[in-house]
Amino acid sequence: MITLLLLLFPALASLALLVLNTKEAKRAALIFSIVELGIALFALINFQKDASTQFLIDTTWVSSLGIHFKIGIDGISMLMVMLTTGLFPLIILSTFNKTYTAEKSFYALMMFMQAGLIGVFVSLDAFLFYTCWEAALIPVYFIAAIWGGAERIQATLKFFVYTILGSLFMLAALIYIYLQTPGAHSFDLNVFYQTALNSTAQSYLFWAFFVAFAIKMPIFPFHTWQPDTYTEAPTPATMLLSAIMLKMGVYGIIRWMIPVVPQAFQEWSWLAITLSVIGIVYASLIAFNQKDLKRLIAYSSIAHVGLIGAGVFVFNAQALQGAMIQMLSHGVNVFALFYIIYIIESRTSTREINILGGIVHSAPKLAIVFTIIMMGSIALPLTNGFVGEFLLLAGLYQYSAIATAFAGLTIILGAVYMLRMYQRVMLGEANNLTSAFKDIHGNEKTILYIVVLLVIVMGIMPNAILSISDASVQNLISIVNSKLAIIN
Amino acid sequence: MTSIIIITLLAVVLLFLGVYNKTAALVPVAYLGLLGALATQISTWNTNLYYFNQMVLFDNFSIVFSSLTIVTTILIILLSKGYFEKISSNVAEYLALILFALVGVLCMVSFQNLTMLFIGIEIMSISMYALAGIRKKDLASNEAALKYFLMGSFATAFLMFGIALIYGFTGTFNLDQIASAVGMSNGVIAPLFYAGILFILVGMLFKISAAPFHFWAPDVYEGAPSLITLFMSTVVKTASFAAFIRLFITCFASLSTYLTPTLWIVALLTISIGNLSALMQHSFKRMLAYSSISHAGYMLMAILAIGPNSSKAIFLYASAYSIASITAFAIFIKVKEIAQSDSFDAFNGLGKRNPGMALALTIAMCSLAGIPLTAGFFGKFYVFTTAMSQNYYWLVALAIVNAVIGIWYYFKVIIAMYMKESTDNSTIEARGNMALVLFLTTMATIILGIFPSILSSLF
Repeated sequence: MITLLLLLFPALASLALLVLNTKEAKRAALIFSIVELGIALFALINFQKDASTQFLIDTTWVSSLGIHFKIGIDGISMLMVMLTTGLFPLIILSTFNKTYTAEKSFYALMMFMQAGLIGVFVSLDAFLFYTCWEAALIPVYFIAAIWGGAERIQATLKFFVYTILGSLFMLAALIYIYLQTPGAHSFDLNVFYQTALNSTAQSYLFWAFFVAFAIKMPIFPFHTWQPDTYTEAPTPATMLLSAIMLKMGVYGIIRWMIPVVPQAFQEWSWLAITLSVIGIVYASLIAFNQKDLKRLIAYSSIAHVGLIGAGVFVFNAQALQGAMIQMLSHGVNVFALFYIIYIIESRTSTREINILGGIVHSAPKLAIVFTIIMMGSIALPLTNGFVGEFLLLAGLYQYSAIATAFAGLTIILGAVYMLRMYQRVMLGEANNLTSAFKDIHGNEKTILYIVVLLVIVMGIMPNAILSISDASVQNLISIVNSKLAIIN
Repeated sequence: MTSIIIITLLAVVLLFLGVYNKTAALVPVAYLGLLGALATQISTWNTNLYYFNQMVLFDNFSIVFSSLTIVTTILIILLSKGYFEKISSNVAEYLALILFALVGVLCMVSFQNLTMLFIGIEIMSISMYALAGIRKKDLASNEAALKYFLMGSFATAFLMFGIALIYGFTGTFNLDQIASAVGMSNGVIAPLFYAGILFILVGMLFKISAAPFHFWAPDVYEGAPSLITLFMSTVVKTASFAAFIRLFITCFASLSTYLTPTLWIVALLTISIGNLSALMQHSFKRMLAYSSISHAGYMLMAILAIGPNSSKAIFLYASAYSIASITAFAIFIKVKEIAQSDSFDAFNGLGKRNPGMALALTIAMCSLAGIPLTAGFFGKFYVFTTAMSQNYYWLVALAIVNAVIGIWYYFKVIIAMYMKESTDNSTIEARGNMALVLFLTTMATIILGIFPSILSSLF
């Protein structure tokens, strides 16, 4: 019941925002998202930390096709649901200082997207998964395309067409597996896990899935839509895309791809890992040369996701747990970084690194929170970023030392370009653009202090998070290993 | 059967109402009559009645498809209020011709005998030729009618010849007897029989505007009055597909190994040509015309299975497509009336000028593009599933690429509505029948997008 509530509440909230015609759309959206967080916390409290799927709901949806409305939450889903519901109030609060045209549509789309995201993370039926996957995409396309920057139309259409292409291949893969399921066909995840597929078919399926998930994350060389879209989209949409939406891709790989086609995974993971590692180095090097703050973070995000991707394709317990916690950390950090950029841009009307500088003199509080969040992002010990990257690299090391060496560059290069950016934007002499910079206040303070708290708490007590997903991760690994054992 | 009689009489009544100048009564009488026909049609569910020495068979297949065409016609007639008056003073003729065409359509979806198929197609086509050219002083309309008529008669001749050859082999026009003749032939089938099938195929492919027999469609669709175009691209196309699949499932299912290579090539050509041409268009109406060709291609993919699943897939696809087309054309007619242009730019700023209308069109475009939670997605889903169950993986992969291209041009409209500014910021109002039709079609698109079982359980 609680899963259904989690899924339907944001959808109904979205309708309510449209229908109620309130002048207070912002506040209403914030309240709705906090209620949703409350529901998620209630689920978290009642959650048993074992491998089972809890709060299960299973009813027939389209009987003639064996499509079920089957949703439930296990440890992996729980963390993703917490990420989504936790960040939404912050993202909505971060828009409070700006008034968008057609406000209620804006917030209605945001809430609808939340329903789609939750749906992706809780569905246990392939058809439902696909539907939610697209339901999350459409609203964010509209948010980005309607309220974005000057070049938004081309950038967002490219993004939309690109992702749809990927997901349609995933749909074809899902239909193929569905047609291979025994008896009256079924889209059920567990049936998918049990269906034996021959190795040629698995390879095709692997790549069909890979394209869909790699475009979403994005993994090199499927990332070309990302910097433009992040730059052109309005800040809330950028936050949604980078902090939550790209995790759909990682989640898809963990839940829908590797356990379904383990043999192809065994055969091809080297290539997927190589692509991910190339992405890390490539994106870090490009980030180094960026003049626009938003683009810099966009590229750093590709680098971070590359590491997560590499870890997921290693698929051992350490790397997967690292990926889980790193998804949360990256979500929190990248949200905060985009928010800080937004604050800087709204006061100086520029994102050009070269013409900023000396903000620290007039905004010491911003400088401190920025420092802490940046430390989290470049994985300093005792911050949230460290735990994830450490586990990911340790997991990757069991697979290949060379890959780890290259992937480890993400920490070094990340530190270089982030510190360099920090130095040029925050330190040095204040110029006439930054001398009157107003320090953070009000909502800005609330949001950034919460994030700083999260960065530190997650860094000091990662076990609270890791223990939630531990059993489920072990369970998935044993499913894959037992399937592989039968084949070998 | 009763419904065919009702609709025929209704058309005659409308002509008389026209003679006595009772124009206000035309539309209400027409749709009340059609509702009556629909009711009698539905009341024969599960009866499987033959009429006229097995010339027609009203089985569930024919009831389902004829109900869809009747409902579509009702919606089109609702939209026609105030539309035909602007073109001509003889509104009754339009409505009567539409209804006569509908009679042909009902014969086409319920034929049990090849002569009946031919008669049905002819009744429908002749009405359509006249309707396409009904704006007699308009050059484009005349060109449309002439093209449609010449090409159409040519195609009908092929169909006729094909039927004759099949009669030559089997000695019967009856579908069941043809099927048993094919079954008893033990694989020894005369080459002329195949030639007959091929000719019938050409005739049918012309009617559904499949490549390479599609050249007439864009010009005819563009030249005809918009509501007539809507009727052609929904009712006529649905009926042609129904006839196509009825013929092939009943008679030639056992010959599918010979037919499917032709069909999948035609399907792929149709999808690609329709799509790529639609991508180049600047006129919304012409874009819809070409996209309607590509939709015919998707539906052909479902025919590859030649079985009950094909009828289901085609029915779902045709329903979703018809409903979304009605929305698109209804809004297009309104927008064109104000902007006096049928280019995409005419839609600029519609998001501000009438948010409700823009939302309806967005949902319709998403449905045509096959985006989840709309009826069009389930249409595509069924089609892809059906094709994949027959192992046409590469065809599906190429169809997917085409579906993505489709998004590109459907979203042009959405982008124009929400992201471009118009020079004219007056509000556009949708009232009365139009608002009702838009509401119904939009709701239907979403409801069928969430609960497709409503339709799929009919099979």
